[in-house]
Amino acid sequence: MSLLEVHDIHTYYGKIHALKGISLTVEKGEIVTLIGGNGAGKTTTLNTISGITPAAEGYIIFEGKDITRAPAHQIVSFGVIQSPEGRKIFTRLTVRENLEMGAFIRKDLAKIARDMEYVFHRFPRLKERINQLGGTLSGGEQQMLAIGRALMASPHLLLLDEPSMGLAPMLVEEIFNVIQYLNGESGTTILLVEQNATKALEIAARGYVLQSGYITHRGTGAELQHDPTIIEAYLGGH
Amino acid sequence: MLKSIPIAGRLRFGNDPVQTFLYMAGGALLLFFAFIAVRNTLTGAYGIDDFLQGIVLGLAQGSIYALIALGYTLVYGVLMMINFAHSEVFMGGAYIGFFAINAFHESGFLAENTLVALLITMAIGMLASVILAVLLERIAYRPLRNAPRLVPLITAIGASITLQQIFLRLFGGGTRSYPVVSLCIGGTLQGTTCEGGIDIMQGRYQVEVFGGEIVIRPLYFVIFFIALILMAALWFFVQRTKVGKAMRAVAEDKNTAALMGVNVDRVIVLTFVLGALMAGAAAVLFALYNRQVSPFMGFTPGVKAFTAAVLGGIGNVPGAMAGGVLLGVIESAAPQMLGLPSQLEDVVAFGVLVLILIFRPTGIFGEVLAKKKA
Repeated sequence: MSLLEVHDIHTYYGKIHALKGISLTVEKGEIVTLIGGNGAGKTTTLNTISGITPAAEGYIIFEGKDITRAPAHQIVSFGVIQSPEGRKIFTRLTVRENLEMGAFIRKDLAKIARDMEYVFHRFPRLKERINQLGGTLSGGEQQMLAIGRALMASPHLLLLDEPSMGLAPMLVEEIFNVIQYLNGESGTTILLVEQNATKALEIAARGYVLQSGYITHRGTGAELQHDPTIIEAYLGGH
Repeated sequence: MLKSIPIAGRLRFGNDPVQTFLYMAGGALLLFFAFIAVRNTLTGAYGIDDFLQGIVLGLAQGSIYALIALGYTLVYGVLMMINFAHSEVFMGGAYIGFFAINAFHESGFLAENTLVALLITMAIGMLASVILAVLLERIAYRPLRNAPRLVPLITAIGASITLQQIFLRLFGGGTRSYPVVSLCIGGTLQGTTCEGGIDIMQGRYQVEVFGGEIVIRPLYFVIFFIALILMAALWFFVQRTKVGKAMRAVAEDKNTAALMGVNVDRVIVLTFVLGALMAGAAAVLFALYNRQVSPFMGFTPGVKAFTAAVLGGIGNVPGAMAGGVLLGVIESAAPQMLGLPSQLEDVVAFGVLVLILIFRPTGIFGEVLAKKKA
C-alpha cells in the first residue's frame, strides 16, 4: 500500500476547474516531484491534499485513511505537513514562535526541544535570530525558517511547495542539500513541487508532469530527465 | 512639479488639497485648544488639583473603555471586522449581572458576604457576555466568513439592534439600579458608614492637594486595578501561551495557521470569548459605578471603546489598552481644562477621534497595520 494515494481528484476555484482528474502515489521514503508551468495545478494539488481547497470529486488516501474531506488542521494531525509556496512564515511572530507553531500539534515537549535544537544545528542563522520577528529575516532565512517550521511537525509526509523560489543560486544548492539530507538521513517522505525542474528531477525517485490540470507525463526522475518533450518544455532545451 | 515635503516623519503636506486642508484645519484646532488650555492654567481658572481630579476619574473611566476596546481590537485583529454588537455583549453582562446582584441583595447574601457576592456577580456578568458573544459568532458571523467585508459589518449592526430589542422585550425598557453596596475594609460597617476603615465601594473622600480639594473614591482605584490585572492576564495569554501564539498566527494568515494544525474556527471562537470576558468584567464594574442598567446602556461606552481602539490602532492589543486609558483621561480632564461644561465630554472624545483620523489614521500604535497593508 502506498503512503499517499491520490485518485482522480477534481478541484474547483469557484467556476474554474483547476484539477481535472489528478492521480498519483507516493511510497514511503520516496522523494516525488511535481513539475509543470505556471497555473498547471501543482500548488492546487498540494492544497487539495492538505485540505485547504478540498476536492470536489475523487479521493485521497493517506496511511490507509480517507482524508479527502478532512479539515486542514486534522490532516496535519495525521502527519501530512505542507510548507507552503512563498514561505508564508508568520512575520509578526519571532523565529522561535514560528518554530513552536510548527510543533503546534505535538505534545512531547522534550522531543520538540530536541527537534528545535536540530533545526538550529542545521540552520545556525536561525539561532542567531531566534528572538527576531519573522518579517525582519531575509528571503533565504525565511525559507530556512519555513522548512525548519515544517520539520518541527515531525512529518510523515512533507509537502514542499517551491522551496527554492526567489533564492540566490548558492542558497538553492543549500536548500536541495537539506531536502536530500532529510530524505536520506531521517527517511522523511517528500512530495516536492519545483519550478527548478532540472534539480528536482535529479533528486527525485519519481516525477509527474502537470499541464492545465492534467498529468501529461510520469516516470522515474531519470526517465523524465531524458524525455525529449520534457527537455523541450521544462528543462530549457538540450 | 510639487514634491511632498515630509514634516516630522509621517506627516506630509502633499499634492492632495483635501489632505492639506484637513491638516491645516486640524492644526488650527489643536493650536486653539492649546491656547485656551494655557490661558486657563495661567489665569488660575484651571489648577493642578483640577488636573489630578481629571486624571483619577479618567483612569477609572478609561480602564473600563480599555477593557471593552480589547473586544473590538481582538476580533478586528483576527477577522478584520468591526463587531458592532460588542456593545450589546457589554450590556448583556451588566444586565444579567444585575439579576445576580439583585438576588444576592434580596436574600441578604450581599450584606453578609459582600466580597464573595460581588465576585460571583462579576463572574456571572462575564459568563453572560461570553454566551452572547459565542452565539453571535456562531449565528451572525460564521456563516458570512467568506462574504465581502461589508456584509458582516451590516450584520453586526443588525445583531446589535436585535440584542437590544430582545433585552427590551424580555425585561422591559426601564432602567434598573444596582443596589447600593458598601464594602468596608479595615473597619466595621455601622449602617451605611464605615467606622475606622475605608469603604471601597461607596466611600468618597475629600483630599487636599496643591491648595485645592478633590474628591477621591476608592472605587476608582478598585476599577483601575481590576482592569490592570485582567489586561495583564490577557497580555500573558496572547503572548506566552501556545493558544495565544496560535491566535496571533491566525490573525496573520488563516490558511497557514491551518497548515500548522490550528483549528481556525476554534481560535476565532476563543477570540470572541476573550473579548467578552473583558467586556463582561467591564460591564459589572461600570454598573457598580454608574448603578443604572438598561437595554440601551451599551451604546455610549461601546462607541467610546471603539474610539479608544481606533485611537490606539485597531487590531493592536496594547494599543487598545493605552487608547482606552488615554481617552478616559482626556475626556474627564479636557473639558474643564478648556473651560467647557463637562457635558461636552462626548464632544471632546469624538473630537479626539477626528484629530487622530486626520493626523495618524493608523492610531498611536498602528505601525503594524500599516505594514500589513504594504
